[in-house]
Amino acid sequence: MAANQGDIRYLTPPTVDLKRKKYCRFKKSGIKYIDYKDPEFLKKFLNEQGKILPRRLTGTSLKFQRQVAQAVKRARHLALLPYVTDMLK
Amino acid sequence: MQVWWYFTFFSNPIVYQIIISIFAPAFKAKNNIINFKKLVNSMLNHYETVFILTPVLSDAQMKEAVEKFKAVLTENGATITNEENWGLRKLAYPIQKKSTGFYSLLQFDAEPTVVAALETIYRRDERVLRFLTFRLDKYAYEYAEKRKGLKSKEKEN
Repeated sequence: MAANQGDIRYLTPPTVDLKRKKYCRFKKSGIKYIDYKDPEFLKKFLNEQGKILPRRLTGTSLKFQRQVAQAVKRARHLALLPYVTDMLK
Repeated sequence: MQVWWYFTFFSNPIVYQIIISIFAPAFKAKNNIINFKKLVNSMLNHYETVFILTPVLSDAQMKEAVEKFKAVLTENGATITNEENWGLRKLAYPIQKKSTGFYSLLQFDAEPTVVAALETIYRRDERVLRFLTFRLDKYAYEYAEKRKGLKSKEKEN
């Protein structure tokens, strides 16, 4: 017993999750213009209700987040994306 | 004798240089006006317009409507650089109680005033459900050109 006091035992092994650094996919892949005519691509930045995902989740840089938001709004106007919905994905 | 004097005086390169330098600002100003005019003439923007037509039209009627808008653009001095027809597509939400629509895209180079003229005609036309006119910036234009290239390749294949 005395020998075992040194090491701590866990019921579940502690998960050492490496925090993966978020990155801006536009900066990384060199995309300079976000097309509003491509709803399939824009869906990556929407949640299931068709709302635009925040930057803290997607990791997009501010410059491109604004462009994404603008493109999504244009796509909504042209009925390529819905304004409100359920189960988009 | 006097005539001879004039001739030697003005043909002298140094004197000629001086005269030119005196009038240089005036020449420059004239050039600037010309440049400004050139600038105004080249103030053509790249635009892209997408519009949705009602699905009640027949194919011929739809084509006629597209031709009408193209005619409006060319009459106003715009040059159409690209044309795309996406055909009948499902709308993401109903517009005027219709769930489908004919999408078409026109890319054109024009002066800014043309857009207003085009949009009034869109508004007057009952066949148009929605429209969007978009000025292409540098990167958008690059993208559009690339897209055009891809489309033409697809057609060839």
